[in-house]
Amino acid sequence: MIKTEHLCKRYSALVAVDDVSFEVRPGEVLGFLGPNGAGKTTTMRMLAGFISPTSGRASICGHDVERDALAAKSCLGYLPEGAPAYGEMTVRRFLEFVADLRGLDGAKRVARLDYAIDRLQLSPVLEQSVETLSKGFRRRVGLAQAIMHDPPVMILDEPTDGLDPNQKHEVRTLINEMAREKIVVISTHILEEVDAVCNRAIIISRGRIVADDSPQGLAAKSRYHNAVSIRLERAEQLAAVRGALAALPSVAEVEVSDRESRLTALPRAGRPILSAVSELAARQGFALKELHLESGRLDEVFRTITA
Amino acid sequence: MRNVGIIMRRELGSYFATPIAYIFIVIFLVLASWFTFYLGGFYERGQADLDPFFNFHPWLYLFLIPAISMRLWAEERKSGSIELLMTQPVTLGQAVLGKFFAAWLFAGIALALTFPLWITVNYLGSPDNGAILAAYIGSFLLAAGFLAIGSCMSALTRNQVVAFILAVVVCFVFLLAGYPMVIDAFHSWLPQAAVDAIASLSFLTHFNSIAKGVLDVRDLVYFAMLIAYFLIATSVVLEVRKAD
Repeated sequence: MIKTEHLCKRYSALVAVDDVSFEVRPGEVLGFLGPNGAGKTTTMRMLAGFISPTSGRASICGHDVERDALAAKSCLGYLPEGAPAYGEMTVRRFLEFVADLRGLDGAKRVARLDYAIDRLQLSPVLEQSVETLSKGFRRRVGLAQAIMHDPPVMILDEPTDGLDPNQKHEVRTLINEMAREKIVVISTHILEEVDAVCNRAIIISRGRIVADDSPQGLAAKSRYHNAVSIRLERAEQLAAVRGALAALPSVAEVEVSDRESRLTALPRAGRPILSAVSELAARQGFALKELHLESGRLDEVFRTITA
Repeated sequence: MRNVGIIMRRELGSYFATPIAYIFIVIFLVLASWFTFYLGGFYERGQADLDPFFNFHPWLYLFLIPAISMRLWAEERKSGSIELLMTQPVTLGQAVLGKFFAAWLFAGIALALTFPLWITVNYLGSPDNGAILAAYIGSFLLAAGFLAIGSCMSALTRNQVVAFILAVVVCFVFLLAGYPMVIDAFHSWLPQAAVDAIASLSFLTHFNSIAKGVLDVRDLVYFAMLIAYFLIATSVVLEVRKAD
């Protein structure tokens, strides 16, 4: 379990993290969201024991990150932002170094090294020095390092930053697999990632927690929640359809995108309007190319909350 | 202790993974021999000892040791690998010691490779090998003192060039602490006792007495305290600035 209580970090004039309290339980994959500079990395660094909080407390698996630092670090697999490593070392030597520091030896060491190398598909680059690797491979080396000792808690700072879509998919698959028995916290500013891997999201802005909910719960805060968007066969119908939609009592507002002949009807107070819109379309004989129900747009929620 | 060993082996390995180690060793050996034979007049003196060799070590170390120590922490901080290292289950003290020992062992390897000079002087005459051994120990301790200072200076900055220059300046002050150019700067505004204390911190006085073959406990304690002081200072600096 991860627990933080009133965690604060101040740098002379700047308050980087301001009274952050939360708990993460096993089975939870927590997405840490926020604009750049919001305090995500600072919070993660305090959890990982790299910097000390100005005030407040944090613990990993019951071990205080300050007073019982080594025990807390032993429970934790941590991927620092940018996945730093020793550039001049080969991948194999680097992973062996981490395995040694993690106190692995004998058959266990061999097995964990094999597992990490296999899991992150690092065998083709084992004898290359880290500095010659592509960004994707470097990130994978960082992840291999983090899972080396099979920790119950993983904190990953921007694990998919700079990866191509295939690599992102692989990393997300890995996180989803680990999520079954571990606590995972990831920070990201890629919102689709929250939908793909997290079952809980905390949005942090100017050092404070401004939202803490499931991704679905956050999406429900969007004004697009339960909105219906339709695409018309014939662009000339646009004005008529718009008028008809706006006249529906349950529709608050209609947004039009001329380029694609697309209309989005926003509901009043988030109440479902799908049936009303589809009835209207059938009654008036609109030729629809597409009709779909929106669950809400995370990026819109994100902008509204953190602006 | 185990972690100190692991960190030391990694650090030492990284010297030899890059050309730094080989370039350093070659330059050290060339300069050491050049000083001995040309400036020191090894043959002209007509004496079977290694004084002309050891006498130049403080000056050789003044520039070469900061070249080893400058990367110790500055590079870790610049590349961000310090975050990786400090979030492993190791203490700051273990990391500081591990890296220091790696650098010291490396300097020791370079120093040990000057053994042909020892063979030469034994071939030419019959020197006091006990005194030579004491001088080697003194030189090794001197290197450790310079390295401890360099480690602290390297922790102060992310820039290796700045770390190098700071280390050279601080080492220079410690080297000449007993000489007028440093003492005069303090005479006017410090009481005599404080000036004497500064003078007694001189590397040269302590090194010269060991280099003459006298292993005095006071000199050994001096080096041990100096090394401990600067390594603790390294930890304190890192504790404050590691994440900057």
